[in-house]
Formats: sequence, structure tokens, C-alpha cells
Amino acid sequence: MLEENSEVWEVFIQSKNGLAHKHVGNLHASDKKMALENARDLYTRRNEGSCIWVVKSTDIVSSESEDSEAFFDPSNDKMYRHPTFYKMPDGAKHI
Amino acid sequence: MSEIIFQERIEAEKKIEPKDWMPEKYRKHLIRQISQHAHSEIIGMQPEGEWITRAPSLRSKMILLAKVQDEAGHGLYLYSACETLGISREELVNQLHNQEAKYSSIFNYPTLSWADVGAIGWLVDGAAIVNQVSLQRTSYGPYSRGMVKICKEESFHQRQGYEIMTEMAKGTKEQKEMAQDALNRFWWPSIMMFGPHDSDSPNSGNAMKWKIKRQTNDELRQSFIDKTVPQAEIIGLKIPDPDLKWNEERGHYDFGEIDWNEFWKVVNGNGPCNEQRLKHHKKAHDEGRWVRDAAKAYAKKISN
Amino acid sequence: MDKNLLNYTIRLGDNCLVLGQRMSMWCSNGPTLEEDIALANISLDLFGQATAFYSFAEEIDNKNTADDIAFKRDANKFSNYLIVELENTNFGFTIVRNFFFDCFQFLFYERLKKSDCKNLSDIAYKSIKEVKYHLRHSTNWLIRLGDGTDQSNRKVQNALNEIWKYTDELFELDDLDQLMISNGVGVDSSEFKSEWKNLVDKALVEAKLKIPQNTKMISGGKQGKHTNSFTELISEMQHIPRKYPDAKW
Repeated sequence: MLEENSEVWEVFIQSKNGLAHKHVGNLHASDKKMALENARDLYTRRNEGSCIWVVKSTDIVSSESEDSEAFFDPSNDKMYRHPTFYKMPDGAKHI
Repeated sequence: MSEIIFQERIEAEKKIEPKDWMPEKYRKHLIRQISQHAHSEIIGMQPEGEWITRAPSLRSKMILLAKVQDEAGHGLYLYSACETLGISREELVNQLHNQEAKYSSIFNYPTLSWADVGAIGWLVDGAAIVNQVSLQRTSYGPYSRGMVKICKEESFHQRQGYEIMTEMAKGTKEQKEMAQDALNRFWWPSIMMFGPHDSDSPNSGNAMKWKIKRQTNDELRQSFIDKTVPQAEIIGLKIPDPDLKWNEERGHYDFGEIDWNEFWKVVNGNGPCNEQRLKHHKKAHDEGRWVRDAAKAYAKKISN
Repeated sequence: MDKNLLNYTIRLGDNCLVLGQRMSMWCSNGPTLEEDIALANISLDLFGQATAFYSFAEEIDNKNTADDIAFKRDANKFSNYLIVELENTNFGFTIVRNFFFDCFQFLFYERLKKSDCKNLSDIAYKSIKEVKYHLRHSTNWLIRLGDGTDQSNRKVQNALNEIWKYTDELFELDDLDQLMISNGVGVDSSEFKSEWKNLVDKALVEAKLKIPQNTKMISGGKQGKHTNSFTELISEMQHIPRKYPDAKW
């Protein structure tokens, strides 16, 4: 008898053309066709989707929370990347 | 050290995510709470699902089917959130079948008439909404997001039930009697859904400290009663509690004492439908095994 | 009142209502939770189609409502195909039955889109999107069960052997069909029988299944001659409105 556990798939939905796909949750399915259809049935019953992505959970690569200091803090003090950092002369437009 | 940082995050209203360090007790508490919430959604499909084939109009048939389908979806969101804590769907189902895990006792009562379908939507979903709105602010990220999604879908459920009760209460003599009878049978079990007094609830302390739970059982129960009594009055149905009375001083309804013997009896597995509910679930699971095996065998073939 | 159009429309609604009712019985009984949701979706689509047909019938009749049509006719007045009323039996049986009917409905609605009756054509345009999805669902499962394990192949082959005898009826035309075809409203299903067979054969090959030989075909739905379990299906469905005829729900 085959082991009971089936694959877990993460589901991403694009709710409207032009928007980014958003993670909405996950589900179980044995292959990618089933995963896509199950996602459609589970996550788009209220007209919430124009495109669906499914990805096996095991294929997701995630940053680790213990690395978040090294990963994310350095971007905190580089304010010169933000347009608000720069002082513009009064009256200057479109800049 | 990790415990201190963890508690700081909790105090700061930051969400805990699956990859974050968490006390083992926090993890275990969440697994128990989320899985029991999920099991409740799934078992809850049965008492209402029974009436889909007998719904008395095309519209009410479709609405009920959509509602019960939503419950399945809610169960799925919750199993999905629970699995992020390091437990599989199969283990969760086994816990349900072994009775290691419980589900909401309200579903151990039978649905005896079409009015019961209305009563469940109005009262049981109504009680669930009060609880779930509060849980939207729970500290565990996946659970909180699941709750937000569920809350968006839940209000149609309550309206569906209340609409049924409203129609029946203003309908024929038999319909009105049926509606009142349903309210008589479901009122007390509904307010029992909020659980024992917090003083009698062993897990309440940690649940509040870790902001898994945001309000006490008694607070939530009071909120539900305050909302629901006027709803019954508007449609001309009487709540079966002779001690129910508006208390001007408190700004809340006073209500009668719950029959805690009944409560514990049903929680401990001796309700009218406990056996039937589990049997139904096991049967569907067992009969579906060959299908799940086939799907997996096929998946293996195409990946090779 | 065009009695022929009325009866033809009700007939189309009956197929959807009866199959919808069978599918709704899978609620809380599916082999997986995900599948429970999928089957409920299919059932909802079917009830929606039935409601559309019966609502149009209500307009034509100007007397009985869509609910009257669904809940107040006796079992022998229903004119659905026998294949849609068969008991679900097991998941494989349901999938095989649905697959045969979904293939049929797809081809039927394709042609109904061209009906001279705008109401029926509109319903076909909307419904075919749903049927495409149903066909995808039943085809995918047919293949997975047929080409899954030895056990699953046996189970669906047995189901196929049992159901095949109800397939010829889909392509039989009676007087009402002939009349509606000749006035440009109805669909001649006998005309697409071979196209249906090709679609079916293609899937059966992939599913490693075979059509049984020397089958004695059964029909009778359009004449109100139904199978044993049909009376139970109808009486359960109609029980409450029949018991309380004056009540509004």
C-alpha cells in the first residue's frame, strides 16, 4: 500500500491582469494538473483569479530568520536609494 | 534567551511565522487548537450536508451547497496552516479518528428539520464569527491570515441561516413552529460553543499570554448573546432562557446558567451523534483510499 | 404557449437537475477534501444550469414556477437520460458516468449555441464554459484511475462495463426532438455520435480501458421510464415542498 501523504503545493493567485501573484495558501495534490485544478476550486470561487501558479512546497527556497539581520538590515541605512533623500530647489518640476 | 526574544515579539504584536523559533508548548498548543478548528469545519459539513438533497427550493439548495463547500475550504485553509507547524495532513486525520483530537461539540447534535439548517447558519456560524473575528489578531501568522480569509466568507453563512429563519417565522403555522423548535434545541449548545468559564479552562492562561487567544471565553459568549437576542426579537422568535434579561447597569444581557453536565457529557464523546460523525468521516476516508493510491501511482509513472 | 418548446426546455433542465442532485450526494463523502470541493462545484454548476432552463420554462408556461417544475412533478414526468440518474456507487463509477455525459454535453451545447431560440442559445453559451471544466475534471480522473493501480483499473473497468449500456440513449431522437430540430431550435445528437465516440476512444486508450462487446442498450428516460432508484431520488428531493404545499421557502 502506498504511503498516504501526498505532495503539498503552494498556491499563488493573480487576481487581476497586471497585478502581481499573491501567496494564498497551500493544498495537497498528487500531480501538477490536479494541483492547478484543486487551486482553482479552492481559491477562486468568488471570482478572485485570472491566473494561478502552483509550486511544490519542497521547491520553495526561503531566507532563514536567523540570517535576516545580515540579509535585510544593511538596506536600512542606505537612504540615498530613496528619492526623498534629495533636496530639490523650490519650483523645480518633473524631477 | 530565545524565549525572551519570542515573548518580546508577542508583546510587540509581531507575527510569528513558521520558520521562527517558538517554545515547544506554543507549537503544541497551536497544533491542537488549529487542528481542532479544522476538524470542526469538516465534521460540521455533515449535519448541514445531509439537507442539501432535501432543500425545498432550487435557490436554497444552491446556497446550502455553496455554504457547506465553504466549510470544506475553511477546513483546508486551517489544515494548511497547521501543517506549517510540522505535522502532516495524514497525522491530523489519524488524530481525529483516534479521538486524540476533538472538534466542536455543537456538531454532535442532529439536524432534525430544515429549520435546523437555518438555526445552524444563524447561531452556530454566528458564534463562530464572534470567535473568528477575534482570532484574526492571533499571533501565529498562517493562522491569522487563514482567519482573515475565513471571516470574509463567513458572513454570507450567517445571513443564509438567518434568512431561512426569517422566512419560516413569518410563514405558515407549521413553519413558525418548526423554526421555534429549532431555536429551542440549538440555543444552549450554541452558547456552549464558547467553552467553559475561563476559570475552568486549563489552557486559557498560556493562550492569552502568547496572544493566541485575544479575548476570554466569557467575553466572546457575552458578545454573541448581546448581538443575537435582538435578531430573534425582530423575527418574532423566543429564546429559550427564562433568565434572559437586559441589564441596563452592565450594558449587557444577563442570562441563565449553562448546564455544564450536558456540556462535559457531549465534549467527552457521549453526545447524540458523536459516533455517527466519526464513522461517516472514517468511511469516506477508507472508501477513498484506492482513489488516492491510484492518483499517486499515476503521478509516479508520469514523473519517470 | 409553445408546448413543444416548453417540454423540450424542461427536458434539458431535467438532465442537469438529476445529475446535480447525484453529485451533491458526494458532499462530505469525497476521497479527498480537495475533491469534495471540486465535486460540489460541479454540482453547483449543474443546479445553475437546471435553474436557467426551468426559469426559461417558467416564462413560456406563465403558470408553473421553476420550483414547481423541479419539486411538483411526479417521477414519471421527468424526461432525463437514464445515465444521469444512476447511483454514484463509488468514485470511479461516478467519474466514468460523468465522463460519458460530459463529452456528450460539450458537443450538445456546442450545437445548442446555434439554436434559433435565443434563450436556449444564451444558456448554451454560458453552460459550455462550465462543461469544458467538467470534462477536463472527469477526463483527468478517468486517466488517473484507469492508469493508476491494478485495483483502480479493475474498478473503473467494471464501472464502464456497467454504464456502457446507457450510452446509446444519448443519441436517440424521439418525435419531440425531430420537431425541434426541424424548426431550428433543437439539437440532432445522432449527428455527432461518431465525434463523441472518437473523443471517448481517445481517452479510454490513455486510461487503459476497453469498451465491452455485445452490450444490450437500455433507454426510456424521455418516456418517463426510469431506473429503480429514481423514485427514491425524486421523493427525497421533493419531500418538503410536497409535505407543506402552501409554504414558501
